[in-house]
Amino acid sequence: MATEKITSVGNKPIAMLKVLNPFHIWALGVGIVLVGEFMGWNFTVGKGGAYASLIACWVIGLLYTCVAMIDSEVTSTVAAAGGQYTQAKHIVGPLMAFNVGLYLVMAYTMLCAADALVVGDLMKSGAEVMGYANLDTKPFVVLTVAFLAWLNYRGVFATLTLNLVITFLAFLSLIVLFFAVDPLNQGVVLQHAGLLTDLPYGWIGVIASLQFGMWYYLGIEGTCQAAEEVRSAGRSIPLGTMGGIMTLLVAATITWFVATGLMPWQYLGQAVTPMYDAATLLGSTQLQLMLFIATAFAATASANGCINDASRAWFSLARDRYMPVFFGAIHPKYRTPYRSVLFLVPIAVSFAFTGLLDQVITFSILSGLLGYTFMTFNMIKFRKMWPLGTIHRGYIHPFHPIPAITLLTLCCATYFATFLGYGASLLSIMAFYILASVWFVLRRYKFVKRADQFTMPWPRPKGY
Amino acid sequence: MKKNYTPPNQSMFGQMFDTILVLVLVYASLMIPLLFKAEEKAEAAAEAATHAVQSTWESLGQNAVQQAQWVKLGYDPEKAATLINSRFDYTIDPLMLLITIAVVAGYFIFMLKVSDKQYREVIAEKFDNK
Repeated sequence: MATEKITSVGNKPIAMLKVLNPFHIWALGVGIVLVGEFMGWNFTVGKGGAYASLIACWVIGLLYTCVAMIDSEVTSTVAAAGGQYTQAKHIVGPLMAFNVGLYLVMAYTMLCAADALVVGDLMKSGAEVMGYANLDTKPFVVLTVAFLAWLNYRGVFATLTLNLVITFLAFLSLIVLFFAVDPLNQGVVLQHAGLLTDLPYGWIGVIASLQFGMWYYLGIEGTCQAAEEVRSAGRSIPLGTMGGIMTLLVAATITWFVATGLMPWQYLGQAVTPMYDAATLLGSTQLQLMLFIATAFAATASANGCINDASRAWFSLARDRYMPVFFGAIHPKYRTPYRSVLFLVPIAVSFAFTGLLDQVITFSILSGLLGYTFMTFNMIKFRKMWPLGTIHRGYIHPFHPIPAITLLTLCCATYFATFLGYGASLLSIMAFYILASVWFVLRRYKFVKRADQFTMPWPRPKGY
Repeated sequence: MKKNYTPPNQSMFGQMFDTILVLVLVYASLMIPLLFKAEEKAEAAAEAATHAVQSTWESLGQNAVQQAQWVKLGYDPEKAATLINSRFDYTIDPLMLLITIAVVAGYFIFMLKVSDKQYREVIAEKFDNK
């Protein structure tokens, strides 16, 4: 079959290069997510008010801490491309793995489309400031995706080194903005006393805001997609992931503090680029320019990480014949899943061109949420089937099963939050995954080699 | 000893068909909620038209600090009224909530049951046929 021919030269199989370190893992995780601090997080304010947004920031922060803890243990043990998909294959079964692979591809491809749209809109705003009204954003969307796809095609090291630099600069801009608003002297620049109001929708608004609270952190779990390309998965994945979640908790809190002290909640709740607006309100051209560049960097880093992760997930699905094997090829020179990278370019662009930004974002969030729900019973099964001491784990997370139970509870609350205001989208997206599952069982599973689905050198699982 | 399952090879046409089918399903699920939203937007526009009145910062419930920030952002009361009066409706339809819970829970139960059956086949081939 095509996979064997393409991923091998002579009798020697071609593997992806192991060149990444913990900083690259941090850059991959934070790079995908940081754009959420520049736009998107503020829809929590629209759904429940400023205080609801802060509660969502911390509650969803707890959800992602559980995700990072669970992910670090399982990924440091199942170190292979595909991340959670590969975990599902080894711990739950093929249909679950197929669905998890689809969650990853959809979450990242949709997020990439949203990022490219942000770059386009930002260029339009910049052009307006410089006196060029009505700039067409479409060429910028295509150029952004095409350039990043080219980088991903050429090699993972350059791709994630670029992410490391621009993500760090974007994060630094938030710190600079924080000090620029004179945070210790309330009333000078920040006006929390006059701008913060009671909960406009009551506590139901707080629950509703959990949906977009995921934007503060969505994508951090993408760190484990690079498990096959890091020098030491057992060390790099937990370090990069836990470092990433700590960075994001700090960035999310700073973002909330600055923005809610400058803008009325009704404006903030629908703003497209709230941090750029915050810099504009301060009346400093330098700060405005810095936030313009930082927002562009954050969106680019996110799109870059999304192409990296979506292509690895699609590649893994194809390599295992869950999707057509044509996409399961590794480039003989650059050692990247190049066909998957190229395939996702027109898909991401077409999602961006539908103009359905809120639909695209909701699809991305829900796909992520379904993936987190999977992690809860994946973790419980993992510890049951291979108790501690039976296999080598790179990292063991503490307090099991409390993180898994907490994660499941918070996932249920977030499904309810999505139901409040986006119920039709929730059912529509569930219909997609149900139809895709039925299609897999009835048609695709016959192409899957059963024994090849278990590749780890582990003993037989307990209970099977 | 039972013989390992050998899957059939898939033609290039079959591979293309399967890829396109998944894409069609994705686009359909993106578009379907628009049908509901079009109805909601038409209702909201009709309601806004019937409640259109001259807005002032006071009638919009904005204090002095909020007014100053709206002005800095380039908004007058008329323009800000659209954002301030736009609100989510969190009325819960119990039937829709029950349907949604059933769909999400049913999906996971179906997936875990089928996955478990498939997983047993994988483990049997991997460990029994060595």
